[in-house]
Amino acid sequence: MTDWLLIAPVLLPVLAAGLSLAVWRSAGAQRLLGTGGLLVALVDAVVLLVLSDRRGPQVLDVGGWPAPAGITLVADRLSALLLTVALAVALAVLVFAIGQGTVGSGSGDPVHAPFHPSYLLLAAGVSLAFLAGDLFNLFVAFELMLAASYVLINLDADESRIRAGMTYTITSLLSSLLFLTAIGVVYAATGTVNLADLGDRMPGLPEGLRTVFSLLLLIVFGIKAAMVPLHFWLPDSYPTAPAPITAVLAALLTKVGLYAMVRTQTLLFPRTEPWTPLLVAAGVTLLVGILGAIAQQDLNRLLSFVLVSHIGYMLFGLSLYSVTGLTGTVLYAMHHIAVQAALFLIAGLVVAWSGTASLSRLAGAAPPPGILAALFLISGLSLAGIPPLSGFVGKLVLLQAGTEQGGAAALALLAAALLTSLLTLYAMAKVWRAAFATGSGRPPPARPRGAGTRLMVGATAGTVLIGVALALGAGPVARVGERAAVDLLERDAYLEAVLGGRGAIPTDVREAEEPEHTRSTGRIRVGEEGPGGENDRSTHRTEERERR
Amino acid sequence: MTTLDLTSAVVVGGLFAVGFHLLLQRSLMRLLFGFLVLGHSTNLLILLAAGPPGRPPVTGHGQDKASFADPLPQAMALTAIVITFGISILLLALVYRGWLMLGHDEVRDDVEDRRLGESEHPRRPGDAAGEPGETPERTTRETTRETPGKGEER
Repeated sequence: MTDWLLIAPVLLPVLAAGLSLAVWRSAGAQRLLGTGGLLVALVDAVVLLVLSDRRGPQVLDVGGWPAPAGITLVADRLSALLLTVALAVALAVLVFAIGQGTVGSGSGDPVHAPFHPSYLLLAAGVSLAFLAGDLFNLFVAFELMLAASYVLINLDADESRIRAGMTYTITSLLSSLLFLTAIGVVYAATGTVNLADLGDRMPGLPEGLRTVFSLLLLIVFGIKAAMVPLHFWLPDSYPTAPAPITAVLAALLTKVGLYAMVRTQTLLFPRTEPWTPLLVAAGVTLLVGILGAIAQQDLNRLLSFVLVSHIGYMLFGLSLYSVTGLTGTVLYAMHHIAVQAALFLIAGLVVAWSGTASLSRLAGAAPPPGILAALFLISGLSLAGIPPLSGFVGKLVLLQAGTEQGGAAALALLAAALLTSLLTLYAMAKVWRAAFATGSGRPPPARPRGAGTRLMVGATAGTVLIGVALALGAGPVARVGERAAVDLLERDAYLEAVLGGRGAIPTDVREAEEPEHTRSTGRIRVGEEGPGGENDRSTHRTEERERR
Repeated sequence: MTTLDLTSAVVVGGLFAVGFHLLLQRSLMRLLFGFLVLGHSTNLLILLAAGPPGRPPVTGHGQDKASFADPLPQAMALTAIVITFGISILLLALVYRGWLMLGHDEVRDDVEDRRLGESEHPRRPGDAAGEPGETPERTTRETTRETPGKGEER
């Protein structure tokens, strides 16, 4: 049963995408497939979250091949948490897109027909990335997700969008190729691509080699997560796409990159001390992003820079390598998925109402309806970290982690984080004044008209509510987040679930042959004859390599 | 650790260098070629990760486990080839589309950079109809935006 639960978030959207492409003449059927597929996947993700929280990581060996050789899907607390929020936001954004009626619902319109299939494939790729248990599968997930996003971002593109789309496509392709290169090199060094197995073997490699791998993977995922100085592509490409596409790419893709970074850095390169290069990168990301944001005159570009800046918070938590820090990262990532999507959707509605994204021109136009102003207020304040909202929870934990850590570097970063928070508030206030504030000399606010618009506003409100729910349920969510962080640092549960006692390797044999402590020291199976054929092969290979 | 022989190292390294060089060009077609070359070099690298060449493939029966070639990198390289192939086609279509729409296949200057270069003429706030491509506003949704409620027309 859990097998089906694990594969469903990937398989369902893929199947729905295929069907959706087949019925492209009927917009209604496409909408039904899209929302239905994502809804079921979302329910499934919630079940996975409960299961992984109660029983520890859930593992599926696809096709029955045991862990180090086959394809492994793993849902631990971190992946299940992020998967749930990501799918919920993806669903809300899809509803928004349906309401907008421009992308993806033209009945029998061959230009927009690929929207729903691509969107579903994107969701499948995101799910697979969160669940992937080996590096190569992670690569495939990224490719699935990115290929779908290339289609989405270039769908019905005009002149300026095709240019921006090229920037995005080529940058992503380059990072994918680097990722593939990293996989090749890692395989050459260790003889495995399974994350748990790698976590086992990495400590046995020479120090220098480990650092190279660690940095290589950091760069690869840094490009995807828009870590400064690898962020340059994001503000140029995301803002040009239609609102729902920008929202889903901004909310999900960067977070998938971040998730991959957290997963690989904690599992493969365990540290006990804060990691200075990442600490510096986090600080630079925070400051460069927010300074870029307040310099912008364009609503969407401003939000893109804010997005880049707030990636820094999550990097900050990761770079500390403490339970509190990682808890902060997990909480902040969840909050950020919801809030960033909401902000881009609101920006889309504002642009649709006023006909411009320029802040100076917005200031002269009629402000959008009050409900939108209220939604923006909640999201903007949450992003800035004003107390009762979800951003505050994440930031508080991060600040706690920083003070716990002490040390000049962590404290400097703490100052940068606080400054960024303030400047975010300033940027949000700037948007508020331009777009929402009523005053003398401004026409009265517009009113929402028509079912499509109401659906769009409703979907935006739903996204905002996800953020509010995260704040309301802050207690339980934070506890799950903390358990996820403990899992990340201790690694045992993950390694045990993936490698221990599954498939062709019976638990008792394995444990008799290889007790827990030898495994954590990184010595790999040296026994001449193990129980599983694939294991023997890789054992032999590694030995062979060590001899050379 | 696998150590490469000199030929493989030079070939892979050379391909990477050529690929990155092409990727830094302004013409989109060359960018595409750069991507193709980089894809090949990466796949070659994965194959080399399998160890020295010349060992027989897996047949499955009665083989000494150490004697045959490692099938996993072959599987990975195959998957990667399929993915790069598909993406290349998409990229080609994009380049063609860009060429159709823009009339050339050059990568344009960054809009922000150009604006900074032209900043001797500050924009006026109420300047609604700027020249195409002049202001950053034109780069975002303005040209592609949809009015609310358009969905009901269907």
